[in-house]
Amino acid sequence: MIIQHPLLGPRDSSEFVYLGDASLIDRPDWQAENAAEAFHDYAYLRDNPAGEHRELWFHEGGDRSWLVVTRNTVTHEISRVELARDVARTRGRSK
Amino acid sequence: MTQVNRLGGGQIDRTKTLNFKFDNRNYTAHPGDTLASALLANGVRLMGRSFKYHRPRGVLSAGSEEPNALVELRKGSRKEPNTRATTIEMFDGLEANSQNRWPSLKFDALAINDQLSRFLTAGFYYKTFMWPAVFWEKFYEPLIRRAAGLGTLSMQDDPDEYDKGFRHCDLLIIGAGPAGLMAALTAGRAGSEVILADEDFALGGRLNSESFLLNDDQAEIWVAQTVAELSAMPNVRLMPRTTTIGAFDHGIYGAVEQTGDHLANLPTGKPRQILWRIYSKRALLCTGATERPIAFENNDRPGIMLAGALRSYANRFAATPARRVAIFTNNDDGHRTAADLHAKGVKIAAVVDVRVDAPTSGDYEVLRGAQVIDTKGRLGLAFVEVGLADGSNRTLDVGALGVSGGWNPNVHLTCHQRGRPTWDEGLSAFVPGETLPPGLAVAGAANGIMTTYGALQSGAQGAAQALELKGDLPTLPEAEDMPVRQTPFWYVQGCSRAWLDQQNDVTVKDVKLSHQEGFRSVEHLKRYTTLGMATDQGKTSNMGGLAIMAELAGKSIPETGTTIFRPPYTPVPIATFAGRLKGQEFHPTRLPPSHYWAKERGAVFVEVGNWLRAQWFPLPGETHWRQSVDREVRQTRASVGVCDCTTLGKIDVQGTDAADFLNRIYCNGFAKFAVGKTRYGLMLREDGIAMDDGTAARLAEDHFIVTTTTANAVKVYQHMEFVRQCLLPDMDVQLISTTEAWAQYAVAGPNSRKLLQKIVDPEFDISNEGFPFMGCGNVTVCGGLRARLFRISFSGELAFEIAVPSRYGDALMRRLMREGEEFNVVPYGTEALSVMRIEKGHAAGNELNGTTSALNLGMARMVSKKKDSIGATLSEREGLNQPDALMMVGVKPVNSGDKVTAGGHLMNASGPVDAANDQGYITSAAFSPSLDSHIGLGFLKNGGERQGEKMRLVSPLTELTVEVEIVSAHFVDPQGERLRA
Repeated sequence: MIIQHPLLGPRDSSEFVYLGDASLIDRPDWQAENAAEAFHDYAYLRDNPAGEHRELWFHEGGDRSWLVVTRNTVTHEISRVELARDVARTRGRSK
Repeated sequence: MTQVNRLGGGQIDRTKTLNFKFDNRNYTAHPGDTLASALLANGVRLMGRSFKYHRPRGVLSAGSEEPNALVELRKGSRKEPNTRATTIEMFDGLEANSQNRWPSLKFDALAINDQLSRFLTAGFYYKTFMWPAVFWEKFYEPLIRRAAGLGTLSMQDDPDEYDKGFRHCDLLIIGAGPAGLMAALTAGRAGSEVILADEDFALGGRLNSESFLLNDDQAEIWVAQTVAELSAMPNVRLMPRTTTIGAFDHGIYGAVEQTGDHLANLPTGKPRQILWRIYSKRALLCTGATERPIAFENNDRPGIMLAGALRSYANRFAATPARRVAIFTNNDDGHRTAADLHAKGVKIAAVVDVRVDAPTSGDYEVLRGAQVIDTKGRLGLAFVEVGLADGSNRTLDVGALGVSGGWNPNVHLTCHQRGRPTWDEGLSAFVPGETLPPGLAVAGAANGIMTTYGALQSGAQGAAQALELKGDLPTLPEAEDMPVRQTPFWYVQGCSRAWLDQQNDVTVKDVKLSHQEGFRSVEHLKRYTTLGMATDQGKTSNMGGLAIMAELAGKSIPETGTTIFRPPYTPVPIATFAGRLKGQEFHPTRLPPSHYWAKERGAVFVEVGNWLRAQWFPLPGETHWRQSVDREVRQTRASVGVCDCTTLGKIDVQGTDAADFLNRIYCNGFAKFAVGKTRYGLMLREDGIAMDDGTAARLAEDHFIVTTTTANAVKVYQHMEFVRQCLLPDMDVQLISTTEAWAQYAVAGPNSRKLLQKIVDPEFDISNEGFPFMGCGNVTVCGGLRARLFRISFSGELAFEIAVPSRYGDALMRRLMREGEEFNVVPYGTEALSVMRIEKGHAAGNELNGTTSALNLGMARMVSKKKDSIGATLSEREGLNQPDALMMVGVKPVNSGDKVTAGGHLMNASGPVDAANDQGYITSAAFSPSLDSHIGLGFLKNGGERQGEKMRLVSPLTELTVEVEIVSAHFVDPQGERLRA
């Protein structure tokens, strides 16, 4: 597979390490009332779609960026690649 | 033997004669021959034995689809089994042997299987070798393994080198027949970067095997001109002997180039094969078509082959299996073979055509509406029985029979991404479906375009469309353009021992039996009968089996469906996939800075991750590793020892938010933490399980050095980057791994300070007051060299770790040894390191094993509840906080001299020994020279309150039971007085 790195252009997937569902960015609030339940779901529950999937890839053999790659799990077509940091900010994460 | 069946013409170089051996007999050949063509030219039709029935077999084809003529090529460690004689390019001195026969090819003892064929039908093994179960391993399996199988391995290391490479192009053209050559010409002239790959050593594909004209010349002249023009183009790369084995994601293709298989001796340093990864913007599949046989009784005798192959051998290789041949066909292409062979002086006994309206010939007899109903000849074809249209029979006295059932487009690569081919009624064959791998188009016969002109035209157009070329296409040569129609004729009615899959011995009868026994899915048919499961993957057999299955089920062929094509297209040696990644080169070897010094000292090394670390340093006279390790421990605890701990991961953390960042990474508090101090830190995974531990040293307000365990260095760095980028994107913090930038040595023992005072420059106060336990700071050593000093201890002794830039690592180790002579300094390896940490009760990888929590490790109170840190929330869940949770303890044998074994389980002093009564397990064990006893660390239910209890340590697997006492995990200096000294 080839991943279009937003900063570095097309790179072979062998330069990357795969982590999993990009929902890992949405880490729950530790002080929320249902924190235990929310963390349980966050740590253990994943969707397993046949189709578009947003997932985290780490450019370990490159610039060490975490990327959010939107990949079709059936065809392996990659429709979007973003810096995870940008995605995290748009999802309201800061410090 | 002379080349009795050599014809005139052909693309062989008669000016040179090559000598080769087959089954230890000497023969001659010419450059341009394959092993198969040379054997045929020498009058050899018998080349192998079949898999199950050990039937005598010859070549079926003239290409990579060959199921029968498999041989063991070369000798000794270079022996390669199951090599297709049809693709072996002849070289002088070639040696090959037939396989799957004993004692000889002509007399094979296991040919008795053929007489027993009534019993050896589909599913025979499943049905027969069922019981008793104990017979399977001891009797059935060895028996079957000996009887079955093809060639044998040399059982020696492959001495040759294999390599991998990467190439890029605008257009990858797969196959260099008429479509591929024309495509390359079109794209090449337009200036595109082109790769043209073909499995054959001669480019041209089918054009090399045909007698017809392109323009006014023989096809081979046009091929030669075109190849010459392409060779001269700097933007075109021709790759003969290169099989494209798979179509992968995003325009990436795998290709195997046989760089050395055609050479008698591989020049030093030249790889035998190269596995290419080709990155293409577009690709054009021009793989042509494969002829399919017709099944009839005893259709597998040597001399019976595909009609197109017979034509290839005659036209390209100037060889024929016999001087008198017949043709059996259902289509016009069979007649083309007859005409070509006739022109070469081979006698055509008859053309047997199943069609009543078949074309006739003035040169030889055509038997219209006739079928081959049986054949005779023990080790090679002698007679063909023909059933004529009028119901009478006729016997043909021939040495070869060319069979043509039509041609199947080679659609394999179009299906590598789960595309399904579609059925073409006009051709009665599968053609590429609508869903192709993105970027791939198909041209020529592979796309069902069966005429030469059509192939040339579709190649040119395919290249132009793929590259969006404007303007005129190159002028196409004039070529035959006879419309092709194929009416299916799969098998002769009434036949039973008619082979579909010749390599795996699957007959028409087997397919019928599997249908009778209820196998309806084509995938089940394949697995039950083994149809198409041999090394040729059913290239010539799948269609026949499928057609018969469809007929039995009363369905059409497209309704019945096909099995899936998967890479590789043809067999690839495992060595080619491995490339240079074998033996010591399987992964990179990382050497710590003191490696060469340690080697000089005669250290014994151990691989830790990718690192090569000194395990211990034997002295003359020491004959057992324990002697060395015990000495290293005693000497360190008595005076001073030095150990290379460079391999621990080092992560440099900088930024105004660095302290806050670490506070989120570690479960224990890091907010109030002074500059010049080092702190132990425990990292949890988000599920509350311990991930890694280490230290963080604060060198400045905004600068920390984090250490990780050797094994987890990469994983922890990745995790920290995840937290930084994905969870805390606005923190001002930067991370970089400096593991290899600094050489770091542990200097441990009561005299460690005295030794370091000789190294560290005098302006730095490293006294207990000036540099207390857990202190850290930048210093200089040896007169001005920048260094970092940490007062931390893994061994439990007064200890320091000193770091210098890696290039000074070797010099610093030598200096420490020299300056330490007066203290009797000792270098120690990973074993002594481990013994001392077990004595001290420090958890390491064995305890941080992915199942243990902070509570289990006795560090529950460290997990701060006043802050958000990774894993803190889930560490509080009920399941991890049971009253009888496992707690880390120490164990000692009750009877001194008994051994503690890691992996053993703890059971109560009395009562049953089973999983239900399991109390815990031992994770680390060692002999402690300090206590003169074996000791261990482990986890015990409610272990915090069971000190002094006597228990049994058991290992049922090794029948071990040892009486042990539960003690504190801190065997040495439990109060920690030494490290604060």
